[in-house]
Amino acid sequence: MRAGSIIFVALVILAASCSRGGSGDVQVLRLATTTSTNDSGLLDALLPDFEAGNDARVDVVAVGTGQAIALGEAGDADVILVHARAREDAFVAEGHGTDRFDVMYNDFVIVGPSGDPAKIDGVPFAADAFAAIAAAGAVFASRGDDSGTHTKERSLWEAAGVVVDADLPWYKSLGQGMGSTLNYAEETGAYTLTDRGTFLSQSAGLPNLRILVGGSSIESNVDPALLNPYGVIPVDPDKGGIAVELAGAFVAWLTSVETQERIGEFGVDAFGQPLFYPDSEAWRNR
Amino acid sequence: MGTLGKAFTDAFGLLWNLDPSLVETVALTLQVTLAALVIALLVGVPVGAAVGLARRLPGRWLIVPLIYTGMGLPPVVVGLFTYLILSNQGPLGGLGWLFTPAGMIVAQTIIALPLVVGLTMAAVQGVDPSLPVQMLSLGATRRQVAGVTLLEARIGVTAAVVAAYGAIISEVGAVMLVGGNIEGETRVLTTAIVLETRKGNFALALALGIILLGIAFLTNFAFHRLQVRQGAR
Repeated sequence: MRAGSIIFVALVILAASCSRGGSGDVQVLRLATTTSTNDSGLLDALLPDFEAGNDARVDVVAVGTGQAIALGEAGDADVILVHARAREDAFVAEGHGTDRFDVMYNDFVIVGPSGDPAKIDGVPFAADAFAAIAAAGAVFASRGDDSGTHTKERSLWEAAGVVVDADLPWYKSLGQGMGSTLNYAEETGAYTLTDRGTFLSQSAGLPNLRILVGGSSIESNVDPALLNPYGVIPVDPDKGGIAVELAGAFVAWLTSVETQERIGEFGVDAFGQPLFYPDSEAWRNR
Repeated sequence: MGTLGKAFTDAFGLLWNLDPSLVETVALTLQVTLAALVIALLVGVPVGAAVGLARRLPGRWLIVPLIYTGMGLPPVVVGLFTYLILSNQGPLGGLGWLFTPAGMIVAQTIIALPLVVGLTMAAVQGVDPSLPVQMLSLGATRRQVAGVTLLEARIGVTAAVVAAYGAIISEVGAVMLVGGNIEGETRVLTTAIVLETRKGNFALALALGIILLGIAFLTNFAFHRLQVRQGAR
């Protein structure tokens, strides 16, 4: 009898945890996105408006761009919001997504120790700075996780004509997120490539690091290779179980002039400059 | 099914080709976990035996629950604590152990130690309480009493070894934070699995998981043989 009632209680708990959320008729949108949009706090600021307007809940899965794309390919997400342009286009070309829409952009910067052993402070173009880092053999911390930032970093090494791999004593391939990589650079006095938003939002804890290439704001960043555009892609409905209508509503809402305006205002109070710049078609044509 | 099937063929392919980066990762995994285990055993077994035998230890009512709590330490909290201790701003920053295998061994020793102490203590307490009394009355030293009691409790002590090893070879939170998952320097199997999952290489990640389980099995098999041999003696 006692064993029976324990099993019964266990089953009730199991059943209760299976019905997601509780109030059954709330729709759920599964959004796979990169850590930068989530860690910066942007989604927390924006999403309640969408959830209230559509009587829906957004489940945010914040992962690297590689995993976000894999989630979309497997049909485990309804919509993806990532930043690796070539891979986004491939995702759509291979039929995993219906279409790609511009959302916003920010920029990458190279940060490093104040001592600046490779003397890259004020070098205008990232590829030249990377070449100088390699020539000096100064420690460089790579995300090494196939993320959008890592994809950008690899293209910059290629442009610099440097072949990097883990056998180089100064090249540290971490395989971690942006926050952890910045902490590593702070502790060890390494250079790294980061999106400006994450660096700004974390800079209070990074007293030894400063921006060496990319300038103090996006306006003073002269290297077009450091531009970091974000795109949103609804996942192909044929994968089954996709919240097609909600995904469409999400894209329309995210690219609308009202939401774009709020993207442009986010972070201004805390950091004196936006972390993301609106760039949807509707915004450009407003 | 596609990903699952590919995981097994990938695991086999990596092992068959003795993939150099896999060999490096496995070697570091064994180096870090076994070093942490040995240190935890050298410290933990004597302490566990002492606490188990000292039934009238003052403060025992507090010490024992503290040890049991330590057995459930979240690895990520241990990692964070070790990180802050070894950081430049931390008290042991001068050692330069952050993002090195030495730092990872420190963190994993902290995880393993309460498990070894707690389970050794429990095993020793399970031994017939009249044994130490009789031995002492026959003139044995306290050290001899502890030795014989541990031999009597060897099955429980082996369980302590197995539980501690299982905890540290499978944990990812502490080695990720303290080691930094640096390719060719501090990347172990569990952090490699997290990385490949984040990259979306699910089959490769699962293949590494299969290899991790294989290593855990071989190590436990060796522990078990050791125990059987001791039992026969």
